[in-house]
Amino acid sequence: MKFRYLPQTEQDRKQMLDTIGVESVDELFAEIPESVRFKGKMNLPAPMSELTLVKHMNRMAGRNTSMDQAVSFLGAGVYEHHIPSVVGHVVSRSEFYTAYTPYQPEISQGELQAIFEFQTMICELTGMDVANSSMYDGHTALSEAASMAAATSRKRKIVISQTVHPEARQILLTSAKGLGLQVVEVPHQDGVTDLAALSAEADEETAAVIVQSPNFFGNIEDLAQVERIAHAHKGLFIVSANPLSLGLLKPPGQYGADIVVGDAQPLGIAPSFGGPHCGYFATTKALMRRIPGRIVGQTVDENGKRGFVLTLQAREQHIRRDKATSNICSNQALLALAASVYMSALGKQGMQDVARLNLQKAHYAKERLSQVEGIEIAFSQPFFNEFVVKLPHPVSEVNRKLLEQGIIGGYDLGRDYPELANHMLIAVTEVRTKEEIDMLANGLEGLL
Amino acid sequence: MKTTEEKALIFEMSQPGRVAYSLPESDVPEGDFLPPELMRETPAELPEVSELDLMRHYTELSRRNHGVDNGFYPLGSCTMKYNPKVHEDVARFPGFAKIHPYQAEETVQGALELLYELQRDLAEITGMDAVTLQSAAGAQGEWTGLMMIRAYHESRGESKRDKVIVPDSAHGTNPASATVAGFKTITIPSNEKGLVDVEELKKVLGDDTAALMLTNPNTLGLFEEEINVIADLVHEAGGLLYYDGANANAILGIARPGDMGFDVVHLNLHKTFTTPHGGGGPGAGPVGVKKELLPFLPKPMVAKAEDGSYYFDYDLPQSIGRIKGYYGNFGILVRAYAYIRTMGPEGLRQVSENAVMNANYMMRRLEPYYDLPFKQHCKHEFVLSGKRQKKLGVRTLDIAKRLLDFGFHPPTIYFPLIVEECLMIEPTETESKETLDRFIDTMIQIAKEAEETPELVQEAPHHTVVNRLDEVTAARKPVLRWYKQD
Repeated sequence: MKFRYLPQTEQDRKQMLDTIGVESVDELFAEIPESVRFKGKMNLPAPMSELTLVKHMNRMAGRNTSMDQAVSFLGAGVYEHHIPSVVGHVVSRSEFYTAYTPYQPEISQGELQAIFEFQTMICELTGMDVANSSMYDGHTALSEAASMAAATSRKRKIVISQTVHPEARQILLTSAKGLGLQVVEVPHQDGVTDLAALSAEADEETAAVIVQSPNFFGNIEDLAQVERIAHAHKGLFIVSANPLSLGLLKPPGQYGADIVVGDAQPLGIAPSFGGPHCGYFATTKALMRRIPGRIVGQTVDENGKRGFVLTLQAREQHIRRDKATSNICSNQALLALAASVYMSALGKQGMQDVARLNLQKAHYAKERLSQVEGIEIAFSQPFFNEFVVKLPHPVSEVNRKLLEQGIIGGYDLGRDYPELANHMLIAVTEVRTKEEIDMLANGLEGLL
Repeated sequence: MKTTEEKALIFEMSQPGRVAYSLPESDVPEGDFLPPELMRETPAELPEVSELDLMRHYTELSRRNHGVDNGFYPLGSCTMKYNPKVHEDVARFPGFAKIHPYQAEETVQGALELLYELQRDLAEITGMDAVTLQSAAGAQGEWTGLMMIRAYHESRGESKRDKVIVPDSAHGTNPASATVAGFKTITIPSNEKGLVDVEELKKVLGDDTAALMLTNPNTLGLFEEEINVIADLVHEAGGLLYYDGANANAILGIARPGDMGFDVVHLNLHKTFTTPHGGGGPGAGPVGVKKELLPFLPKPMVAKAEDGSYYFDYDLPQSIGRIKGYYGNFGILVRAYAYIRTMGPEGLRQVSENAVMNANYMMRRLEPYYDLPFKQHCKHEFVLSGKRQKKLGVRTLDIAKRLLDFGFHPPTIYFPLIVEECLMIEPTETESKETLDRFIDTMIQIAKEAEETPELVQEAPHHTVVNRLDEVTAARKPVLRWYKQD
């Protein structure tokens, strides 16, 4: 059987084996001990032609209900947004997607410049001095921030609000075991961090205070107060933020954040069942040399011409090995490029406009749902594009019935917060029309 | 691709009022929904360009970038093979790209089936009992595996096992991952054949050994012939054996880590399984384990119910916990699955056979011109030393830069650290003999240039958009972002 990815002909093979000086390919594996050799054929399905493969993949994809087939109000960290056509066209250029980390800057100026621009855009949105080239996702970026805070402060206690995404907190707990960190969670009060409890927990031993804003419930935290609490004992102030919200909201940098992290998924990246997305990581000049992962810097060549290189590499695993600031090597560069194209396309005005549309639609939805009998609006906080409603029935039950009407309902908060059983987190982005929001309200009206 | 102009940043192309977006008019009431103190005072300084400006900008950037589709990319240990185009198509099917991780399981049965099948296929390929697909990259896979090893020892009351042993030829991520998993690293020297020195290994094994991390074939492209002895020694000492799968492209269907005695394995799907490297990511680093480590797998796993439906299994009480958002880099997993279905068992075996044949062919043809530190047959990659050229004043870095003038991406250089002036070459199986010959002939020509016209090599590259860049100043006085000038 011939494979289209394997170019060697019988003639090639013969010539190459001759040059090597062996009779057969098997001789090249002669030193592998007999006892560990795999005999027979791996138990995998037989090869498929391209046509058969496409049909097979189509069948599998067809067993999923895509957001094109339903009206979705699901968010909780992953959002359906309009992705401008240019994003897909740029990231489909194979000069970008078939390259690797730009180790050879002379033939990687395109990728390096694109990352430099990405770093700048993230700094602009977050109000920070420095950003890296990306992390695996927003959740792992948050753990890296905690790790950096501990390494910088030489303290081991991390205080984190329960209004931070539950998965980010779970990953932090896993990482904390390896890093020897103590993680203390602070409860929520009316949909935001309980500041009295936060104040009681943040102390001399605290390396960092971590909050998310807009938080997991969609509410905007009082970052000015959190900053005071975090810095009162010289801990670092870490904020996780949806970058799309920062088109309108005051950036965490202006509140004195030391590290800002989050996921660039809302910026032109498809939901893809949760990945690949793109963590971002931004910090202050003072902490620049502690940052994890790749960073691109501007420099000049021998003729004084501007160019870009990977820089501050003395922090990284390939140089520092067991003393590196992080073990990260591959990141999510192609998604950082997608986010850059998105931010370039939306630009200075568009980022404000898209954020405003999200704000307006979500507030219309809240208004509309508050008129449905049986629904209570759970919290009375300022929010961005997500809010919480309390239903008289279990969320999973309601969602099953909504699906019959072609609606993917919101997130079941009872999964992570037992005290919030029957509470649904509803996301409304710019893709939802008034008509679709009314459809949700009418649908719920008929069910409750 | 030679362009002499300096390329403007997209910010420098901005003209106030120009846009590259279109959004629908709002169909809901406007209002001041948020108190003014929560709002931005000044907008973020993002580009203001037209859609055509934007496309020309990124097209120009792409022309200043070398990918596998542009030309040969023999970057050792990175497995820069061809990235099949059909994978890009199928991963973008709305049924894969436009599904939400929190949709009800009954609405994502196709996605779950794919994950379940891939877990099983990778377990078969590596000879392990189960595989988690969550890790986003090789380094995250290493950390995940080490966290499971940690949990395993703790469950047996052996928390004192806090040492991870790595050979001096190991990837930098191995010791870095060991540190973030809370272990201390012990580095052992390789022997004169470039392999693990068993006597040195014996010296450091003990009741504090958590694991030995090995890449096999190792980063010199050499198979650890004494793997059986090594595995027995580590297991007798109570440690576990970790397989760094960066070099798995050499062994598909030929020798499985599980059969070599490894307890934990990670694979780099962006290396062995053709998923694009994306300019530095995204990757995927699935981790396979033997049955004694099953209880510690991260949450969730994908399982199949008796009625044939698929679901996420969170009922793993001894799990190390969650390690990555949602279920890993799903879009990458779709591509790797498509590759395995395309090649089947016979195709995957041919992949490794041809990868190894290509590497040996290059090695033997280049042997007369460059120093070859290890003479035995290599596997999918090999290392040369530029020490002969160094005596002529031409360093390995110069050779790498000279290759740029011929349209080649250079090999990995100065790694592994144990070979002087190292060049690490991995051709992969997807390259034709003609391409290999062209590269070999160029390397021979550069060897001659080193003797006859060394300055030609020392001053390379001559035909790229920028010449050698000042990396020292870049690190000393970092300029890491653009600022708007007033």
